[in-house]
Amino acid sequence: MILAKVVGTVVSDHKDARMEGVKFLLLEKIDPVTLKGKNDFVVSMDAVGAGPDEIVFYVSGSSARQTTVTNGMPTDSAVIAIVDAIEKDGVFTFQK
Amino acid sequence: MILGKVVGTVVNSQLNFPISGPRFLLIEKCNPKGDRKGDFIVALDLVSAGYDELVMISESSSARQTPLTNNKPVDAIIVGIIDVIDENETIVYRK
Repeated sequence: MILAKVVGTVVSDHKDARMEGVKFLLLEKIDPVTLKGKNDFVVSMDAVGAGPDEIVFYVSGSSARQTTVTNGMPTDSAVIAIVDAIEKDGVFTFQK
Repeated sequence: MILGKVVGTVVNSQLNFPISGPRFLLIEKCNPKGDRKGDFIVALDLVSAGYDELVMISESSSARQTPLTNNKPVDAIIVGIIDVIDENETIVYRK
C-alpha cells in the first residue's frame, strides 16, 4: 500500500460499462515525513469515500479488485483507507 | 519479497474491509545491510514486528495468500522478522 494525498477527481463519461457509479480520484504520492507531494500521480478508484486533501493509502494490482466497491471492475488501483495519523520514529508526522 | 525496516505506524479509522488484530506499519525499504533507502510503503503486520526490526515483505497478489488477507484488498504484508543476512559468506546484518 502506498501513501498518497487526494488532490482532485477525474471524470470520465466514456468508459468501460462495468466502471459506472464509482468515483475516480487523482492521487499524488507523498513523503510520509514531510507530507509533501512527490509529483507522482495515479488515478485510483474510491472505495472508502475519501475527500479532497485527505491522506489515504491505496492498493495496486489485482488486489485493487478485492474491495466491495471495485469487485469485478477492470481497475488496478483502489483507495482502501483514510489515514488518521502517521507515526515515524516515535514522532507523529501527521494527525487528522 | 523485499527487505524493509519498521519505522512507524499508520492509523486509520475508515477502512474498506473489516480486519481485527494486525496493524498497518510504515516500512522504509532497506538494503541487505539494513541501511534505509528513503522509500516508504505501508504493510499489514501479520507477525507482530516491532520498531526498527528488519522484515521481509510480500507484495502484490501473494499478499492475499494468507487466511487473514484472503480476498481482501491488501497488496503488502510483513511475512517474517529477519535475524541474520549473509551476503557472499559474510554476515552483513544481525539482529
